[in-house]
Amino acid sequence: MISVQNLSYVTAGKRILDDLSLDIAPGQVTALIGPNGAGKSTLLALMARLLRPDNGRITLDGLDVHRTATADIAKRLAILRQEQAPLGRLTVRDLVAFGRFPHHRGRPTAEDHLKIDTALDQLALSDLAGRFVDTLSGGQKQRVLIAMVLCQNTDVVLLDEPLNNLDPAQVRVVMDAVDHMARDLGKTVIVVLHDLNHAARHATRVIALKHGRLFAEGPAGSVLAETPLSQLYETAFDVLTHNARPMVVAR
Amino acid sequence: MTPRATFASLCCLLALLSVASLLVGAQGIAPTDLLFDPQARHLFLAGRLPRTLAVILTGASLAVAGLIMQILARNRFVEPATAGTAQSAALGIVVLTLAAPGLPMIAQMAGATLAALTGTAVFLVMVSRLPVQQPMLVPLTGLVYGGVIGAAVTFLAYENDLLQFVDTWINGEFSAIVRGRYEMLWIAGLAAALAYLAADQLTIVGLGRDAAVNLGLGYRQVMALGLLAVSVVTAITVVTVGMIPFVGLVVPNIVSRLQGDNLRQALPRVALAGAVLVLGCDLLGRLLRYPHEIPVGTVLGVIGAGVFLWLLNVRPRHAG
Amino acid sequence: MPVRRLIVLAILTVLACVLFLTWGARGDMGFVLQFRGGKLLSLLTVAAAIALSTMLFQTVTGNRILTPSIMGFDALFLLIQTALVWTLGGSRFAGLDPMWKFAAESLVMMAAALALFGTLLGRGRTDLNRMILTGVVLGIGLRSLTALLQRLIDPNEFAVVQSASFARFNRLEQDGLLAALCIVGLCALAVWRMRETLDVVELGRERSIGLGVDHDRIVIKILLIVAALVSVSTALAGPAVFVGLLVVSLTRAILPSHRHAILLPCATLIAALLLVLGQTLFERVLSMQSTLSVAIEFLGGLVFLFLIMRSRRS
Repeated sequence: MISVQNLSYVTAGKRILDDLSLDIAPGQVTALIGPNGAGKSTLLALMARLLRPDNGRITLDGLDVHRTATADIAKRLAILRQEQAPLGRLTVRDLVAFGRFPHHRGRPTAEDHLKIDTALDQLALSDLAGRFVDTLSGGQKQRVLIAMVLCQNTDVVLLDEPLNNLDPAQVRVVMDAVDHMARDLGKTVIVVLHDLNHAARHATRVIALKHGRLFAEGPAGSVLAETPLSQLYETAFDVLTHNARPMVVAR
Repeated sequence: MTPRATFASLCCLLALLSVASLLVGAQGIAPTDLLFDPQARHLFLAGRLPRTLAVILTGASLAVAGLIMQILARNRFVEPATAGTAQSAALGIVVLTLAAPGLPMIAQMAGATLAALTGTAVFLVMVSRLPVQQPMLVPLTGLVYGGVIGAAVTFLAYENDLLQFVDTWINGEFSAIVRGRYEMLWIAGLAAALAYLAADQLTIVGLGRDAAVNLGLGYRQVMALGLLAVSVVTAITVVTVGMIPFVGLVVPNIVSRLQGDNLRQALPRVALAGAVLVLGCDLLGRLLRYPHEIPVGTVLGVIGAGVFLWLLNVRPRHAG
Repeated sequence: MPVRRLIVLAILTVLACVLFLTWGARGDMGFVLQFRGGKLLSLLTVAAAIALSTMLFQTVTGNRILTPSIMGFDALFLLIQTALVWTLGGSRFAGLDPMWKFAAESLVMMAAALALFGTLLGRGRTDLNRMILTGVVLGIGLRSLTALLQRLIDPNEFAVVQSASFARFNRLEQDGLLAALCIVGLCALAVWRMRETLDVVELGRERSIGLGVDHDRIVIKILLIVAALVSVSTALAGPAVFVGLLVVSLTRAILPSHRHAILLPCATLIAALLLVLGQTLFERVLSMQSTLSVAIEFLGGLVFLFLIMRSRRS
């Protein structure tokens, strides 16, 4: 379980996160929503120890993520970031294989290779395994990175806007993988989403951030309602019901 | 500081430094000696005065050449000495010396100018093919390009026992300047002064090809004129005193920091500040290990690099 | 397939070494071999130091254009050498045992490189080109400062300044060769033990932290190793700005692999091949005295320009 306590983060004189405390329920998909600049990506980066907090702490199963050996955390938590350094000339399989590094530290076993094949299969990448990643389209590359996260086989998975620039078919593959991770593998998935309907469809719980503070938290149905959403984004919404799930439409 | 006050203080500084430069040397000269001592008068007229004039002319014209180069490359971080112009000039002289030894100075100068012209034109073509969003690549390309040409010069010189000669072109130094050995620099000064007449045209060309065409200006002609001025100044200074780095880079940047980019207003100040900088460094080189001299190129290499690093990292927004 | 290419390279390198030792040898064979053998050993040490330091530097910076020499590492070492002579006094310092002298220089170099380039690399994450330019200009400044100090020590000595301006593979210093060999050997061992981790580091800071690699500590470690290796190559051969770039670019062209277990030995072999063959060619065939380094610099500079011009497309 992940627990955030009194977390503050300041950069360039701007307070991005302000005394934030929250708990994440295990074994479910939690969607992180909120307007631009609310601190969603920063929160994820802090959880993944890519940034150091100015105040407060984050614990994962009781371990402080910033004080525990980074190699140990990597076996429990994986993150997919939005923008990252460009990738060199690696094949799809090479890159996905790096997801196993925390477990074998450079000496892959037969079991590791099996896990790599399963992940490639899961994200429909088996045909692309020999391609160089720098020749892939944006959507294909995103799927490769998700396969890498899947390969890392951690209890907690953090995804920062994984649907950016994807066409509807690619979105489907990615969100199916997200469902699979939580439902079939029992992982805790925290995903930053801009499209509220994806949150409505796939998330069990929703956390809303605004100005670096917790704005609302609860089951998807209670947060994705007209009043909280209109206050969160300061613009009016209608929330309909479709297949027993909320459906959000801008008014 | 107002533009007028800057101008006045630069003039005062230049006058002070000039007097100091006239009086400092291995052999002291007191002002009164000039009236009564013929030997002192000779030393003054044949040695000190030409040297001081040479320093002022070199500093002023190099600073102006740097400014023009920055306009042509549309990048603030280039200058002839770090973008292959000076190295091309040196290559020209080496090739001429090997192919036709014993040519008169003026022919050497012409050859050096032609080589500098070609080398700079090639650099500008390379620059035009670099991505506009990455201004830092331009000076980097220039430095390496200059290095490659410099390697060619060293190679030729080493294999033909010319290293001693090449050293005098690569390490700028004024200690060998006497009457009859510096007069070419007046041509460099003249070329720099001509730039003042074309100031408005150059400003417009600095806005880019589209803006120039839109305003009915012959873009190519003005570019060619600027290129010629830069090459003439660089070639002449390389042949007479040697390469002096960073003057053309540091001075225009500081002047523009102080009072903006109006070329007609900036040019005289750039010229003055260039003269002040080189004169100051030359004096420093003469005094640091008195009575021995440290070449002005070395002194400027240290000071100029320091100032450049400061400019580079203090004002990140003005890289274009 | 990479392994087969590696073996071919190794065989070629051995052949080049034999050629270097025996070509045009006359008179007492034992003496020739001893004389040339020492030279060959220093040449190989320099080759390994240059290849490893450049490859490692590119891995931690995630950039295919950067090399430690372009960023001014060589210049820093020369400055330290000169500054030590200046502060400790020429004769006293020169009188030291070469082993100790070299060890002292390398240690100061490692500390200085960490202080200077550690901060620079940390800031480089936001604007890589500015960082490179800063490094290049820093190099020019450091070289000028070295020249200035040398003039202050001995105003009439031109030879000192000149010998410091380009590498000389024909006149390698052999005084500290044993120390140099030890340093390169230790560094190579340390790097070899990190080879798999280095594959991960190349993916970038965030990805490698995500995969459980203590990225910042590795970068410091690599920076220290690079500083030690540059000390070796600069002390033995003098500064060589583009040799490393040429070697690593050739390596990546010949062996498109991401695995350091392949890349590092391959780069070392290519560097050895280039220097040994080049030196044989220049010294014995063309009888050009000491211009191999200048020719390599010329080629390396062209490679650099080519890389920049090509990078605009991606």
